[in-house]
Amino acid sequence: MDGMDNPTPGAARPAPQPAPAPTIVLVGHGMVGQRFLEALADRGVAGRARVVVLCEEPRPAYDRVHLTSYFSAGARPDDLALVPEGFMARYGIELHLGDPAVAVDRAARTVTARSGLVVRYDTLVLATGSYPFVPPVPGRDAEGCFVYRTIEDLLAIEAYAAGARTGTVVGGGLLGLEAAGALKGLGLRTHVVEFAPRLMPVQVDEGGGKALRRTVEALGVQVHTGVGTQEITAGPDGKVAAMALSDGSELPTDLVVFSAGVRPRDELARACGLPVGERGGIVVDAACRTADPAVYAIGECALAADGRVYGLVAPGYEMAEAAAAGIAGAEASFTGADLSTKLKLLGVDVASFGDAHGAAEGCLDVLYSDPRAGIYRKLVVAPDGTLLGGVLVGDVESYGVLRPLTGTVPPVAPEHLVLPAGAGAPVAFGPAALPDAAVICSCHNVAKGAIRAAVAEQGCTTAAEVGRCTRAGTGCGSCAKVLGQLVDTELAAAGIAVDKGLCRCFAQTRAELYETVLALRITSYRELLDRHGRPEARGGEGCEVCKPTVASILASLAPTIGLSGHVLDAGQAALQDTNDHFLANMQKNGSYSVVPRIPGGEITPEKLIVIGEVARDFGLYTKITGGQRIDLFGARVEQLPRIWARLVAAGFESGHAYGKALRTVKSCVGSAWCRYGVQDSVRMAIDLELRYRGLRSPHKLKSAVSGCARECAEAQSKDFGVIATAAGWNLYVGGNGGATPRHADLLAKDLSDAELVRLIDRFLMFYIRTAERLERTSVWLERIGLDHVRDVVVHDSLGICAELEQLMADHVAGYRDEWADTLDDPERLRRFVSFVNAPDTPDPTVRFVPERGQIKPLLPLTVIS
Amino acid sequence: MTAPAAPGSVQLLLPGGWFTACPVGALEPGRGVAVLLPEDAQAALFLDSAGAVHAIGNIDPFTGAAVLSHGLLGSAAGRPYVASPLLKQRFDLATGRCLDDEAASVPAYPARVVG
Ligand code: SRM
Ligand SMILES: Cc1cc2nc3c(=O)[nH]c(=O)nc-3n(C[C@H](O)[C@H](O)[C@H](O)COP(=O)(O)OP(=O)(O)OC[C@H]3O[C@@H](n4cnc5c(N)ncnc54)[C@H](O)[C@@H]3O)c2cc1C
Ligand code: SF4
Ligand code: FES
Repeated sequence: MDGMDNPTPGAARPAPQPAPAPTIVLVGHGMVGQRFLEALADRGVAGRARVVVLCEEPRPAYDRVHLTSYFSAGARPDDLALVPEGFMARYGIELHLGDPAVAVDRAARTVTARSGLVVRYDTLVLATGSYPFVPPVPGRDAEGCFVYRTIEDLLAIEAYAAGARTGTVVGGGLLGLEAAGALKGLGLRTHVVEFAPRLMPVQVDEGGGKALRRTVEALGVQVHTGVGTQEITAGPDGKVAAMALSDGSELPTDLVVFSAGVRPRDELARACGLPVGERGGIVVDAACRTADPAVYAIGECALAADGRVYGLVAPGYEMAEAAAAGIAGAEASFTGADLSTKLKLLGVDVASFGDAHGAAEGCLDVLYSDPRAGIYRKLVVAPDGTLLGGVLVGDVESYGVLRPLTGTVPPVAPEHLVLPAGAGAPVAFGPAALPDAAVICSCHNVAKGAIRAAVAEQGCTTAAEVGRCTRAGTGCGSCAKVLGQLVDTELAAAGIAVDKGLCRCFAQTRAELYETVLALRITSYRELLDRHGRPEARGGEGCEVCKPTVASILASLAPTIGLSGHVLDAGQAALQDTNDHFLANMQKNGSYSVVPRIPGGEITPEKLIVIGEVARDFGLYTKITGGQRIDLFGARVEQLPRIWARLVAAGFESGHAYGKALRTVKSCVGSAWCRYGVQDSVRMAIDLELRYRGLRSPHKLKSAVSGCARECAEAQSKDFGVIATAAGWNLYVGGNGGATPRHADLLAKDLSDAELVRLIDRFLMFYIRTAERLERTSVWLERIGLDHVRDVVVHDSLGICAELEQLMADHVAGYRDEWADTLDDPERLRRFVSFVNAPDTPDPTVRFVPERGQIKPLLPLTVIS
Repeated sequence: MTAPAAPGSVQLLLPGGWFTACPVGALEPGRGVAVLLPEDAQAALFLDSAGAVHAIGNIDPFTGAAVLSHGLLGSAAGRPYVASPLLKQRFDLATGRCLDDEAASVPAYPARVVG
């Protein structure tokens, strides 16, 4: 039986090459290096050649452009990874991490790495990027001075900032402002020192600089322009203490980040005698070849054929494509690129594109400025009306449309184009008006024509699919909005009715299916699919999109349409998402987590002890969640019933952490204990959680109740949030934390307990009835409008409020604890086994290792990488 | 491990011959179960809604976790597949090929219900 269980897919590894394959050595695995490898793979070269990569950093290529999201959006180093899963293994690429090239011998055609490794190459590609320039100010080596270029830099800054209160960034350009945003995010009092008379001197003009300065200062960052850094002084402990500025003043600071520009890393090239530019950069021709035809240079280390060193990723990607094409024997060239940028600093909108400074002969500026709102918009137009470039500060809505129009005569007069959204622009001007040659995604150089072709010829129907076909939108993300609009208009224009259907099985939306189920009292998925599904899907298996959606609709309506409310009952069980099917959340190694409900976050010591005992007895990893309850991780599927038997016996119920359902109603301590509390927020949170527990919905539902306007429960970030007032309760709806945070809107004020509950009943049922699959209340509310929701649920404009209330009453009356009911029923319990033929044998692949006194998953060897 | 199978048993064809997994009644239409194979290997066994049985490897090649048996079934162009519960890649139940990434696949085992 040898080998029969070998899960390695044969296709994943290329067959060994009989003849010696040519060797391509890539030095530098940064953003451009990785893009080069992908281009080699796309052209089939990676499979035929031996490819060796020398990477100086301790980790494979990552998204440097989004480095700051480590601080601003909580991204972890892994989230920034750029290499697709399994990529290196699939193409047999040899990646040497933490092993930089130290010498190149062009005569012998070898590269030597720091470890002593010597590799002979047929083709050498240098993609060594840049290093941050640190001006030669005295004291720049003091402890507490940093640069901002790599993940390691960020980790070092983060660690040091823990003991610091003030931070100063030297340099007020694009990266300097990002660094300032990061320091701010770390809780430091932040200064920016810029030598030029304004911020972002390269991208924006004087007016833009002023608006930008106002916005940056409003964020709490202190800006010093027109001054240089003269010296950095350290305290007696050798740590940075202050900075002396050229105007004679002194700026006390605990931490300094240099962001005064970058310089190409051309040292290897210099040492082996390749020509470099006067101000650095490896000289290459349009094909990205250096003076030695066996050596290419791409990305920020190269001095391109147009005499420039590009410090942006999009031109680097074009060079990567050109070099890969050349190596594959095809033709491609890189002769220059667009320098448009959009700043990603949290809270500041700045964009510049094309000839932002109006350097061209005879050009005119068209300006709009609203200093109070911090808005400044300038378009640079040639005498014949051609749009040459622009600067947008404070309102960059139209960046995605304006940038691609650069170089054309826009169909709308520039005076109209310059007006910001909502300032009475007379024409709604969308991407439909752009010419086919307009570049929509400048990161990947994708023109509108290519996007239209992806829709019309390759059958893409979403921006994500177009992204997979063309890469549009997969770089900095600044084109995402226009891309989405374009895909929709193209679909409509191509006469392909924009298919709003739920999936390949149903042409209806989720809301339409809900109405169908309710009106016709349909109680089975099979019936819905075979009678109302797309003709080609009838009689089929369905799919992983519509099954859970229909399961959720059936569960929401169960008491009303006369169905058992239990999600594991006949006809419903097979539809459930994996998590619902096991009433637990699957973790990365196939184990599950257990989350008992703790209404309002209130728990007795006895119950806490039970949770502790259960966790200890089953060896589970225990963590307090962000939702005021406790998550127990690492249960094997066959242990779930035994764990829950203990919890149910102690009075716990399912917390529905696995379902698209009500999660938690968080509370603050409220008037019972808090000196400021004006209502009993804990009691209300518990009441609401018990009322809506088990309610299945299009997406998860979260809530919170605060006892006064100080809002310790963060109710305004919840799907429905309640804040106590002296007269009762204010109800907020449509809040969201998560990926796209949104503050909730006030729906109604000073409600009594009964009024509050009635409004929430209506609101939730209206949402469940009309929202699309996986549409949180925030997105739904944005789509249908707060006024409409208020009309329907407060003023009963559709006359459906009685029905909505009845639906909720049915839900409340029909609620039963899913876990207690499961434990009582051998039929439902049957699925909780490790193996059908060895029900109690633990899955040998689910393993753990110790970590900080608890466990964490030991990941099995991944096959696709 | 290869005792003569009772009628109604589901069997998987392994290199060493037919392997009896369980009675067909142990399966839930539209879902899967994990089967422990010799030498600690494991398969994911499914009963589709038309009553046919299918078996593929249980290890999801994208994560290395043994979870495919817990995934949801669907069909594309009339062919049944399972969607991995972790990162949702789909695998054809007849061939084990991944429908979302040409380079990935899992073993496929012929399966039958003994008459
Ligand atoms: C355990 C917990 C993290 C923690 O250790 O604190 C957690 C864990 C998960 N969250 Fe969360 N979230 C947890 C609180 C939150 C919060 C904070 C809160 O609820 O106050 C948020 C932001 C608030 C919000 O939702 O608006 C949050 C926003 C998300 C999102 C993004 C939702 C969005 O609208 O953007 C997802 C992804 C999704 O749902 O599509 C997510 C998804 C997940 C999943 C289910 C991811 C997954 O599919 O495996 C995690 C699995 C939990 C498990 O296996 O048990 N989690 N998650 C928290 C459980 C709270 C609880 O007791 O139920
Ligand atoms: C915070 C920040 C924000 C940015 N924002 C934007 C943006 O919004 N838009 C934009 O277009 N660009 C932005 N950039 C610039 C963008 O990141 C670079 O243009 C891009 O990374 C260049 O890619 P590269 O591969 O040429 O260089 P890099 O990504 O720097 O990669 C070069 C790699 O080579 C390695 N290396 C150097 N020498 C050797 C050697 N001898 N041996 C082995 N390895 C070596 C380096 O360690 C490095 O890992 C930003 C940069 C930063 C730091
Ligand atoms: S929200 Fe108000 S009542 Fe509640 S804990 Fe905070 S201060 Fe006290
Ligand atoms: S412009 Fe950067 S992803 Fe499209």
